[in-house]
Amino acid sequence: MMDILLAAITALLILGGAGFALVAAIGLNRLPDLYTRMHAASKAGTVGSGLLLLAVGVHAGDLSTFARALAGFFFFVLTAPISAHLLAMAAHKVGYPLCAESVRDEMKDYDKRI
Amino acid sequence: MTTAEMIISYAVWLALVVLCVSFLLTVWRVIKGPTLPDRVVALDMLTGIVIGFIALIAIRTGFTLYIDIAISLGLVGFLATVAFARFILSRGNREAPKGDMMKTFTASVPEPRRKSAARRPSGTGPAVRRKAKK
Repeated sequence: MMDILLAAITALLILGGAGFALVAAIGLNRLPDLYTRMHAASKAGTVGSGLLLLAVGVHAGDLSTFARALAGFFFFVLTAPISAHLLAMAAHKVGYPLCAESVRDEMKDYDKRI
Repeated sequence: MTTAEMIISYAVWLALVVLCVSFLLTVWRVIKGPTLPDRVVALDMLTGIVIGFIALIAIRTGFTLYIDIAISLGLVGFLATVAFARFILSRGNREAPKGDMMKTFTASVPEPRRKSAARRPSGTGPAVRRKAKK
């Protein structure tokens, strides 16, 4: 009974991670400009791979493996916003435009201030 | 095969198919993406999907050592994205129109490389060089 429960949790994590990855890929194709695409890639994509790593840790049923998987999960969750922020900053500073539907650009005067 | 193993096996198969679909969608964005940062974002996403693939292979084969490979791949992807961001910053703007950021940006910029390749009738491309060798 216990192993079936563990298998169900693992399967849920696997399918959830794959679903998040699919949502991120669809968002990457459907969203209108670079900055909105970055939302899909850096949030849903990271959660997708992180959930799959957690599934490995749960499936192994071993504390050291689970700790390593958890460390990997936190590593991804910490590094994805940093890389996305750096990329968005560089693209905005260089002058890649927002899409036509966007209503506000709070960093418009940022380059003049520094 | 026990029930638990069967649940895991079916879930892994379904997840592999779903990851394949998302991988292809992301590759489409890498090919199509009108600007360089679009492609960089899609490559970052591609790294995440490959990490997911590695995790699924770890579950299927039972080798938990794959977790370390996934972590190091994530590190490489992170460093690659940071390097690309620095590169975009230092390269400057070559694709987008200058001026107000909120300006309408409807038409995507045509790729200069493809155009010049079509215009050039005969040059020093690899095919020409191969013919000259013969």
